[in-house]
Amino acid sequence: MANIHVKAAEIGWLERLASRDTPLGRVDPRVKLITTLAFIVTVLSYGKYQIAALLPLAVYPLVLMVMGDVPARFLIRKLLIASPFAIFVGLFNPLLDRQPVLTLGSYPIAGGWVSYAAILLRFVLTVSAALAMMAGTGIYNICRGMERLGVPSVFTVQVLLLYRYLFVLMDEGLRMVRARALRSAGNRGMGLRVYGAMLGSLLLRTLDRAQRVHVAMCCRGFDGHVRTIQSLRLRGGDVVFLVGWLGLFVMLRLVDVAGLLGALLTGAGR
Amino acid sequence: MSHHIVEATDVRYAYSDGTSALNGVSFRITHGEAVAIVGANGAGKSTLLGHLVGWLSPSSGTIRIGDTILTQQTLAIIRRTVGMVFQEPDDQLFMPTVFEDVAFGPVNMGLPHDQVHARVASALATVGMEHLAHRPPYHLSGGEKRAVAIATVLAMSPDILVMDEPSSGLDPRARRRLIALLMSFEHTRIIATHDLDLALELCPRTIVLHKGQVAADGPTAKLLTDPAVLEPCGLEKPLSLQGCPVCAATGRQS
Repeated sequence: MANIHVKAAEIGWLERLASRDTPLGRVDPRVKLITTLAFIVTVLSYGKYQIAALLPLAVYPLVLMVMGDVPARFLIRKLLIASPFAIFVGLFNPLLDRQPVLTLGSYPIAGGWVSYAAILLRFVLTVSAALAMMAGTGIYNICRGMERLGVPSVFTVQVLLLYRYLFVLMDEGLRMVRARALRSAGNRGMGLRVYGAMLGSLLLRTLDRAQRVHVAMCCRGFDGHVRTIQSLRLRGGDVVFLVGWLGLFVMLRLVDVAGLLGALLTGAGR
Repeated sequence: MSHHIVEATDVRYAYSDGTSALNGVSFRITHGEAVAIVGANGAGKSTLLGHLVGWLSPSSGTIRIGDTILTQQTLAIIRRTVGMVFQEPDDQLFMPTVFEDVAFGPVNMGLPHDQVHARVASALATVGMEHLAHRPPYHLSGGEKRAVAIATVLAMSPDILVMDEPSSGLDPRARRRLIALLMSFEHTRIIATHDLDLALELCPRTIVLHKGQVAADGPTAKLLTDPAVLEPCGLEKPLSLQGCPVCAATGRQS
């Protein structure tokens, strides 16, 4: 049971990381959203057998992590949670595509393995960039940024409230789990059957609570828009961040830096 | 000053499952009064408060705040006039930081930024919580949460403060601080509470609810010492007015 409380405390990781004052946190959320989106598009634009060319792009998530002071351990844990999707998507590639496309030493490597590795690499790059960007910005600022970029507020308010509702749900859930555990005398209580009833009552309890939260919001003038006092203003640093990264992505896409480096090191320049 | 008057006329309300919670409640509270609403569990206190901020609307009867009768159309005006502090501060605080939470109301009122800042600063200073401005609300202690919840309402400068169980869950010192704070306000205050000592100290007037009706309405000191009022309504004399058990025991021995 102690375990479940630790896990629950972890859900707040995003806000905890985002609430710190970091160089990444000071960058305008709109700029971060656009660059991260551009990064993801760039990564996805590579061919299915390209691995080496993708590697230099890792600089973006790495710089975000450093700028946002995001612990690597954290990011890796979250990556692992999301990884089954990527792992299963490409699972059959090695079986379906047996055409050798490159040789490592004297071993021929099938195209399926290469494309599978490329899928995993793209997954790691894009998801870690998105996670690092979120950890350095916070849901709240991301929503503000999206709204300022023209995303309908119906959508951003949904995201925001959904995120807040998660905590409400967790809080109510924890109380019920605790109450059940304390009266089940260390056994499994009434077993699985009781969980059905608990889920139903959890839903009703959270609905009730959410309604109270809603009333409290309405009492303070909530009308469907979440307004804030911090106004977003693009500063010089933001422009440098945006132009710098977009420029780099374009350059990396056009110039095969990894290939050039390899050529340089193996002395192909002769 | 008719605009700070709170008047309920024969308010009746039944929940959707048929339970009737209010059976014709009428009262008139004038400007600057501090009124306690007391009553046993299920007497209709929370239901009544729900009506004052338009969260519930009466099945029949009217609620009037100042010159405005509460309807769906006047809800926005009413909610600017009436500030409600909920029983559970966790229901009230939902923004990522204390500062933003207190600013939520004023920003929604469309105030310019410098005024919002000034209001947040003064509301937090009033409740003595300036140092918590940049903390997330869900990490505060119960007493701090309550104080911040009050600040969120103060920042909207309401004329009328409605509070549901403000002293529940507070330790003695936090409760004492809350009483001192509420004493210092000049708003019209309507406080639903089980803490009869708080009622006695804070509110010159008390309305006793019983089974959805006003069982008594008058000076707190008189009502809360009258067994004929208290007993049928499931209440007891405030502890401060009950004989001290230690002294009583020594008195018997001698």
